[in-house]
Order: sequence, then C-alpha cells, then structure tokens
Amino acid sequence: MKEEDRAILEQNFQAKIDNDIRIEPNDWMPDAYRETLIRQISQHAHSEIVGMLPEGNWITRAPNLRRKAVLLAKVQDEAGHGLYLYSATETLGADREDTIDDLHSGKAKYSSIFNYPTLSWADMGAIGWLVDGAAIMNQVPLCRCSYGPYARAMVRVCKEESFHQRQGFEIMMTLAKGSPEQKAMAQDALNRFWWPALMMFGPNDAESKHTAQSMKWKIKRHTNDELRQQFVDVTVPQAELIGLTVPDPDLKFNEQTGHYEYGEINWDEFWQVVKGNGPCNKERVDARRKAKEDGLWVREAATAYAAKKKLRKQAS
Amino acid sequence: MSNKEWPLWEVFIRSKQGLNHKHVGSLRAADEEMAIDNARDVYTRRSEGISIWVVLSSNVFASDPSEAPELYEPSDSKIYRHPTFYDVPDEIQHM
Ligand SMILES: [Fe+2]
Ligand SMILES: [Fe+2]
Repeated sequence: MKEEDRAILEQNFQAKIDNDIRIEPNDWMPDAYRETLIRQISQHAHSEIVGMLPEGNWITRAPNLRRKAVLLAKVQDEAGHGLYLYSATETLGADREDTIDDLHSGKAKYSSIFNYPTLSWADMGAIGWLVDGAAIMNQVPLCRCSYGPYARAMVRVCKEESFHQRQGFEIMMTLAKGSPEQKAMAQDALNRFWWPALMMFGPNDAESKHTAQSMKWKIKRHTNDELRQQFVDVTVPQAELIGLTVPDPDLKFNEQTGHYEYGEINWDEFWQVVKGNGPCNKERVDARRKAKEDGLWVREAATAYAAKKKLRKQAS
Repeated sequence: MSNKEWPLWEVFIRSKQGLNHKHVGSLRAADEEMAIDNARDVYTRRSEGISIWVVLSSNVFASDPSEAPELYEPSDSKIYRHPTFYDVPDEIQHM
C-alpha cells in the first residue's frame, strides 16, 4: 500500500472513532489497533478463565446448598465470559489456541489478583465484592469501546457481573453479622484482598504506557487512577456499613474534593506478581496447562466421532 | 500437543416466540449437535432464548465494507420511497 493511501485510511479510521462510529471486524484498521485489541481482549479472556480457579477451590466446601449453587453459577458465568472474549479475539484474526498457548507459556498475562490464594470461605465474599466490583468498574466503560465485538461482549458480561458482586457482599455481610470468629474471618479476607483489588486497575497514570493511545482509540474511556478512585469512593462506605475496616491507616475522606484519599500502593509487590513471582502464579498456569493436556483425548474423540457421524449420514 | 481446533460456529438465538433469530456470537464445537449444546450453555444461561440456530462460520459470506457507499447510497437518495415524501391535505385524517 502506498504511504499516502495508508494516511487516508488512517485518517478515516480516526474520524470514525471520533464520531463514535464502531469499528467492525471487516473494517480497515491500523495494525497497532488490531494488536492492542488482541492483546487486551485475550488477557481479559485469560483473566476470566484463570479467575475460575481460586473460587472453584471452594465449591465443594461451600457452607450450604444455597451458597454452593450460587458459587457454581458464578464460576460458570466466568467460563462464559472467557468464551465471549476468546470469540471476540477471533474476529480480529487471532487464533484461539495460539492465544491460550501464550497463557500457558507465560507470554500472555492475566489479572494479577488471581495469583493470590483463597484461604477461607470469607475469601469467596471478598472476591465477589471487591474483585468483581473492581472488574465491573473496568468493564462498564468497555461497553462503549470502539471495537464492536468487544463492546457487545462487555454488555453481556456486565449484565451478568452484578449478581457476582452482590453474592460476594452478601457473604461478607452475613459473616460480619455472625460470631466474633466469623467477623474476624471477614476482616481477614478484606485485609488480604483490599490492596490487590486496588492494584487491579493497573499502574498509576504516569507509569501506564498504553493509556494515551488507547484513549485516543476509545478502547479505554477512563484512566487507571480515575477508575481506582471511583472504586475506593463507592467501596469504603460499603465496608463501613457492615462494620469492617479498610486496612489503610492513611485512608481519609476529603470534604473539599468529595473523594477518599488512600495510602501508597505497594507497586513493588504488583510488579513482582505480574512478573510471575506471586504466591500462586505457577499453580494457576500449571492448572490451566494440565486442563488442556488432560482434555486432549476428549477433544480428539469428539472430532473422530463427528467425522464418523458425518460419514454415516452421507452413506444413508 | 495437537492444536487442531474444532470448527467455528456462529450462533443465532430466538429470544421469544414471534421474534427473529438474532446473531449473538460464536463458539467452537466438533459438530452441529455439540455446537447447539454449547450455545445453550454459553448464550442462554438466563432464559435468553427458546430456539437456537448454529451455522458454520465458514459458510457465512459477508459484503465488503469498502463497497458500502456503492451498495447503500442509491437507496439513500430515493426519498420518494418513504411516505413522508408526499403532501396529504390536512382535511384527510387517515391515509
Ligand atoms: Fe467475569
Ligand atoms: Fe464475575
């Protein structure tokens, strides 16, 4: 393609974005836009899938049948979210199995929050409330993302997420109202998940190298720090309401700005976990790799069966 | 590890009796039966549908977006195809 032709295509592309016209799979798009989306959407898909592991850990040990049915439904939803998103990456020409292999080789990342262990039942509460809560903050603006298939997947995901957060909050609320031991369990879960939840929004704006371009392309609508602030502002009063304490001695409400000010995030910990040195990184990726390997014969058998059925149909 | 993938299917759901099937997304499955089973699990967990169609994605043929002006502009200019193009006297109540 000639240089000036590309410049015109790029101009038309940006004009569409500026006018809030969605980009669809067959439309022309710059390579960098395509690559950014494939990276972001596949990482998002991996997060949904890996995110099933810490919660799946508690399905058989849920305290009663209602909690068990709810947790099962939630984890099943996360599988669905992963599938919507893998489909969206395929509309960009990415190969599904390649993106999954990138996860298994450690090349692709996923949300660092899922590299923390789930030590008690209260962690199911903390995850639903805080982790799904933070995910909702991130995902709601993505419903207006410039890329059509991603935006549509996010609309479905967001519709399903709100029950996830409510069931988590309900677990925390119930524990917080329970015996002193139960309340201590809830507080302990909040203590362990609060900071990793804040880290879910990604590095500070000054450190975030992709933000400016992603905002220009309307893949992203708010910066990491804006979303993090929004999360803190809505979550702190929820903790207070159920009598739990946010583990941040520097947390205070600023009357002038109407926002909470919070303490310094341990970015060293964040980067350590992103780089693979979190408490469960190895366990999570090993579990995914094993699932793919152990499922191989099933996939092969299904393929063989489908071929046999087709032959039989043709013969009859 | 074998990376041979199951084929890709496009999924269409009728949300209720009397409405069209509408495209909702895609999935991978070994055959049409599995595609319908998977579509049920992936796309109708909250009573979103009462009927499912699956079509092999390779059987979908799409118009070229770069030809959109030639394809659709001619109908944009034919405003006389719309009832609002015509003057109807005020005395006439229903037409
Ligand atoms: Fe999700
Ligand atoms: Fe969720």
